Amino acid sequence: MSKGRYGKHGGQYIPETLMNEIHKLEDAYEHFKNDAEFVKELDTLNREYAGRPSLLYFAEKMTRDLGGAKIYFKREDLNHTGSHKINNVLGQVLLAKKMGKTRVIAETGAGQHGVATATAAALLDMECEIYMGKEDTVRQALNVYRMELLGAKVHAVESGTMTLKDAVNACMREWTARVDDTLYVLGSVMGPHPFPMIVRDFQSIISREAREQILAVEGRLPDVVMACVGGGSNAMGSFYEFIDDKDVRLIGCEAAGHGVDTDKTAATMAVGTEGVFHGMKSYFCQDEYGQIAPVYSISAGLDYPGVGPEHAYLKDIGRAEYVPVTDEEAVQAFEYIAREEGIIAAIESSHAVAHLMKIAPEMDKGQIIICTLSGRGDKDVAAIARYRGIDLHE
Amino acid sequence: MSRIYKAFEDKKAFIGFLTAGDPTLGKTEEFVLEMERAGASLIEIGVPFSDPIADGPVIQEANIRSLSAGCTMDGIFEVVISIREKTEIPLVFLAYLNTIYKYGYEKFCGRCEECGVDGVIIPDLPFEEKEEILPAASKCGIDIITMVAPTSRERIEMVVKEATGFIYVVSSMGVTGARSEITMDVGEIVGIIRSVTDTPTAIGFGINTKEQVADYSAIADGVIIGSAIVRIIAEYGEEAGPELRKYVEEMVSGIAHA
Repeated sequence: MSKGRYGKHGGQYIPETLMNEIHKLEDAYEHFKNDAEFVKELDTLNREYAGRPSLLYFAEKMTRDLGGAKIYFKREDLNHTGSHKINNVLGQVLLAKKMGKTRVIAETGAGQHGVATATAAALLDMECEIYMGKEDTVRQALNVYRMELLGAKVHAVESGTMTLKDAVNACMREWTARVDDTLYVLGSVMGPHPFPMIVRDFQSIISREAREQILAVEGRLPDVVMACVGGGSNAMGSFYEFIDDKDVRLIGCEAAGHGVDTDKTAATMAVGTEGVFHGMKSYFCQDEYGQIAPVYSISAGLDYPGVGPEHAYLKDIGRAEYVPVTDEEAVQAFEYIAREEGIIAAIESSHAVAHLMKIAPEMDKGQIIICTLSGRGDKDVAAIARYRGIDLHE
Repeated sequence: MSRIYKAFEDKKAFIGFLTAGDPTLGKTEEFVLEMERAGASLIEIGVPFSDPIADGPVIQEANIRSLSAGCTMDGIFEVVISIREKTEIPLVFLAYLNTIYKYGYEKFCGRCEECGVDGVIIPDLPFEEKEEILPAASKCGIDIITMVAPTSRERIEMVVKEATGFIYVVSSMGVTGARSEITMDVGEIVGIIRSVTDTPTAIGFGINTKEQVADYSAIADGVIIGSAIVRIIAEYGEEAGPELRKYVEEMVSGIAHA
C-alpha cells in the first residue's frame, strides 16, 4: 500500500513522470517542516505579512437575532489577499524556494488561490503562472487582472467544462511537462500525497488559533465547528485541531447548486461515489462509467467534482458531517450577514453561514458555534447583484 | 506464449494507437483492421475518459468526440469481440484508472480475458499503486504495462523488474523548451532496462515521422504512434480508413530491422 492514506482514500495516482518529483517534494517537506529556520521564516510571514492571527469575532447581533447558540466567526476574510488561501501558499512557495525552484504554477477557481499564489510569488521572487477555467476568468474577471498586476501570467483553460477541474488538469499536464524548475502549488487538501497533508498542515493554523482563542474567551471548547467545503482546505484547517475533541461537532457545508436532486450541483458528499481522480482516491461526482460529471455552483470556489481524501475519511468514520447548501440559501446568507454584522463574506463562506442560520436557533443559548469565514465577498458583489436581477458589471 | 510477446518476436514492433469510439465504435473496428493490414504489429485502444490528464489536446478532443457519440466500456468490449473474430493481432487498452475502478477490477480483467484484450496501460497508476489491480490482472493473464519516463532515473530498476508484456518508454517530457539535466535520453533508459529485464521496450510520445520511427526502432524493440494517427481520424472522420493505411504503411517502412 502506498503512502498518504486516509482509510482507503488518498494515495498517489499520478503518471510515472511525476513520481520522482512527488517523492522529492515529500522529502523536502518532511525536512523543512522541522527546520527551525523555515518554521521561523514562515511564522514571520504569517504574522507580519498575512496579518495572523486572524480574529475570532463574537457575532453578538446574529446571536441575538437567531436566538440560540453563541456565534463566533473565525475571520480568515481579514487575511492579506482576503482569504485563507494565503496560509497555504506562503508555506508552499517558501518550500518551493528552499527546494531551489524558480517557478510556481497553480490552478484557481474563484481566483482566490491564484491571487494568493501570485502574491506569495511576487514577495518571494518566483516566476508564477496561473491556470484558470475560461468560464471562471469571465465570472471573476477582476481577479484575473489582480493576478496580472501581481506579475503572474494567467492561462484561460478552454478544455472540458472550462472550470476548476479543467484548471487542475492543465496544471498537472504543465507540471508533467516541466518539473525541474517548477513546483505545482496545489490550492486544496487534494491531489496525490503529500499535497493533502502539506495543505492541511499549513491550513491547520486556523484551528490551532481558534482553539486557543475560544479557550481564552469562553474557557471551553465549542460545540460546533463549521466551514464550507469545495476541495476542503479551509474546512480541513478549521477541523484539524478539534478532531481529537470528540464532543466538538464538525460540519462541512458543500455547494448544492440548484439542489442535490438536480444535475446542477457540486455536492460531492451528497451525490458522489468512490473513485480515483486527480491523483487521489476519494468521492467524486461521476457517472456509472467513471466519467467525471460537469458540476455547478454559483460559487466558483466550490465548483469542484471531488473532495479531499481526509474529508472522505472523516465522513466514512462519522467524525464529520457534510451538508448540502443551495445557491439560493447561500445568497440569502450572503445578504443576511452583510446586513446584520456588516461583513461581506465570500459566497463560498456564505454556504457555511447559511447552514449556521439553520442550526443556531435550534441550539441552547449556552452552546457555542465557530464558523470559519474563509474569504471576503468583494469579488462576488457583481455576481450576486446579477443573481438578484440587477444589471451590474465590474 | 502471449500475443504481446509474439508482436516483438524476431522483429521490431510498430504500435498504433486510436481512441475507441472516435468517431464511432463501428469505425474503430475498421481502423484497427486497416492498421493491421498496413503492418502494425500491436494496437493500443484508448478507453475515452472525461479528463485524460496525461494526454495532449489531440487525444483529449478524441476522447470528447467518442464520449459525445456514446462510447462506453461495454461497447468497447463488444467491438473487441468482433475484432477478435477477424484477427489475432495483440490488443492493449489505454485506460485511466477511474474507468476501470468504476467497472470493477475483477469484472474488467475478466472481460479483457473473455474478449481477447492482452494488456492494459494505465497512465495514472504508478508502480507504488499497482497492487490495486495486479492481483485481478494476474489471475486473468492480463499484462499491466509498465511506463518509464525521462525522470524515472533510479526508479527504473524497481519499476521494470517484474514488468510483463512490454515496457512503455516515454520519450520526452512533451513540451518544447523544457529539456533539462534531470531528464535522460531514451538510449540511456533502454540500456538500463535491458540490464534488468528481457521484457521488450517500445518508445512513444511525440513520434510522427518515418525518420523518428527509424531512429527509435533502432534503439528499442518497438515504437508507438498515437496523436499523429488520432489527428488523421479527426481530419477524415468516417473516411479515415484509407488515409490511416497509407500513413501507417509509410511509418512501418521506417522500422529498423531486428
